Amino acid sequence: MIERTPILNIATHAILVFGLLFLLLPLYLVIVAASHSLQDVVAVPPNLLPGDQLWINLQAAWAKGHLGERFVTTFIVAMGVMTGKIVLSCITAFGIVFFDHRLKMPIFWLIFITLMLPLEVRIVPTYAVAANAFLPFQTLLDLSGITWVINAVSGVEVKLEWNLLNSYAGLIMPLIATATGTFLYRQFFLTIPEELVEAAKMDGAGPVRFLWDMLIPLSRTNIAALATIMFVYAWNQYLWPLLVVTDQSYAMIAVELSRLVPKFTATGGEVPKWHIAMAGTLIVMLPPIVVVVAMQRWFVRGLINTDK
Amino acid sequence: MRRAYFKNNWVAALMVAPQLIIVFTFFYFPTSQALYWAFTLEQPWGGGNTWVGFDNFAAILGDAYYWDSIWVSIVYAIGSTALAVIMALTLAIFADRQLAGYKLYRVGMIWPYAIAAPAVGLAFRFIFTPGAGLMMFINQMFPDLWNPVDNGTQAMGMVIVAGAWKQVAYNFIFFLAGLQSIPRSLIEAGAMDGARVLRRMRDIQLPLLAPTFFFVLVINITDSFTDSFGIVDTMTAGGPSRATDLMVYKIFNDGFQGLDYSGAAAQSIILMLLVIALTFVQFRYIERKVHYT
Repeated sequence: MIERTPILNIATHAILVFGLLFLLLPLYLVIVAASHSLQDVVAVPPNLLPGDQLWINLQAAWAKGHLGERFVTTFIVAMGVMTGKIVLSCITAFGIVFFDHRLKMPIFWLIFITLMLPLEVRIVPTYAVAANAFLPFQTLLDLSGITWVINAVSGVEVKLEWNLLNSYAGLIMPLIATATGTFLYRQFFLTIPEELVEAAKMDGAGPVRFLWDMLIPLSRTNIAALATIMFVYAWNQYLWPLLVVTDQSYAMIAVELSRLVPKFTATGGEVPKWHIAMAGTLIVMLPPIVVVVAMQRWFVRGLINTDK
Repeated sequence: MRRAYFKNNWVAALMVAPQLIIVFTFFYFPTSQALYWAFTLEQPWGGGNTWVGFDNFAAILGDAYYWDSIWVSIVYAIGSTALAVIMALTLAIFADRQLAGYKLYRVGMIWPYAIAAPAVGLAFRFIFTPGAGLMMFINQMFPDLWNPVDNGTQAMGMVIVAGAWKQVAYNFIFFLAGLQSIPRSLIEAGAMDGARVLRRMRDIQLPLLAPTFFFVLVINITDSFTDSFGIVDTMTAGGPSRATDLMVYKIFNDGFQGLDYSGAAAQSIILMLLVIALTFVQFRYIERKVHYT
């Protein structure tokens, strides 16, 4: 600011550099391990400089984990979560903010509460729903007695079934069922001046026209922020795909990565192929890092506004 | 204040409906299902569930393994949160001085946000493995000093470091934003009154950062309870001998490996109550989020 603080400046840089090193050191060690052969990785004293095997290891990891196919699957899921979330949050927030009806606040709270319990906490019953997505509706029908009525009248037993295991829908939909994006949009829509709505109405624009021609162009930054956050979130999913997917062709990349080395508890056997595993780790890390660094400005703002 | 509204409520219904259906299917129904399972027991040969009241909870709370799991989760929550919050706060408050290289520092602190938990877990498992690299070297100089495969405390230590590392970026972003929303004029006034840099940090910036601090603290604790699966599963798989068997991990194991849905559901309910309680604390602080303008 105003004073000259040469010593403190040096200390500041020292602290920040130390922090950077703490954050970068694991990445460096991963790169080093990924660029040696297995013998060199487990050699004593350890190699602390990158070797020349990086490309070979990357190729080996790529082939061993079928990462090409996994990339495609993961990319499809990430895109699905991204667009699904953006579209849903946008129209939901629109329906809540720009209309006046009695159910406004109850609906808002119904969606708001979903922020409280992340998927991990309700994982077991959500899995049951994924096995049959119509289960909730079947239960409703059963409890309300409609199943019985239909059966008595027409003799047809109502049995709704829609299995989401091993499908993109099963991977994507539960990840969309939270309020994060809806909030970001609601906050933004509340800042839209009333006059804009009035002007649109005066010019004869209906709600859909207003949404499409005014709100969506205005919310470009929002979209960029949400897209970045959702891409990273979906790309990095681990627990949910681990459960829903048993068919290899739908496996996601983070799950595949964890299979490159045997579980921690497994004793004996051969030495884990660390060089391949670390090369795989590098490959899996790369896309979200690129996205986050490139979209830094928008994503930081979005993250802070959604509080998540 | 009255806002200008559109009149056509059918459009509104159409706009809100998809989200409500998804939320009902994948949020409300599963949550209520967890409640149902927690209070019932599935018959071994089919034929529906029978009501057992609080038996499932009694069984869990009488299980020493469950209490171990709670204890381990608390240790992990405190360890990883303390490490990640202190580190991020220190980095943010010094980065906020915006000396030369500020932008570079900022990118350098933010990028770990992008890394998947299993990737973090795998990387740290490699770094800490006694079978390769640095740790093997250290073990050769001091035999049997480091062996997380047998030593539960060491295993917990490396899980905490990995969890904290993953969290630092997120905290940093919030602290930096919080610091930058403090009006420049306050800090300038402090400077005019003769307060030096460190004094201004201690007496102006840190107190004004308190709301952000509490928010980040609670989010970190909540995340450590819910979001730790990927790290634990790839690093230690709950071992050795349950030393890192966090609550989320135990629910997964009991439910999907042990096929004890009722037990897992009861554990889920307990974890849900915990997370809800933490969220309430968090919302209280969000409401009190101070605006400095």
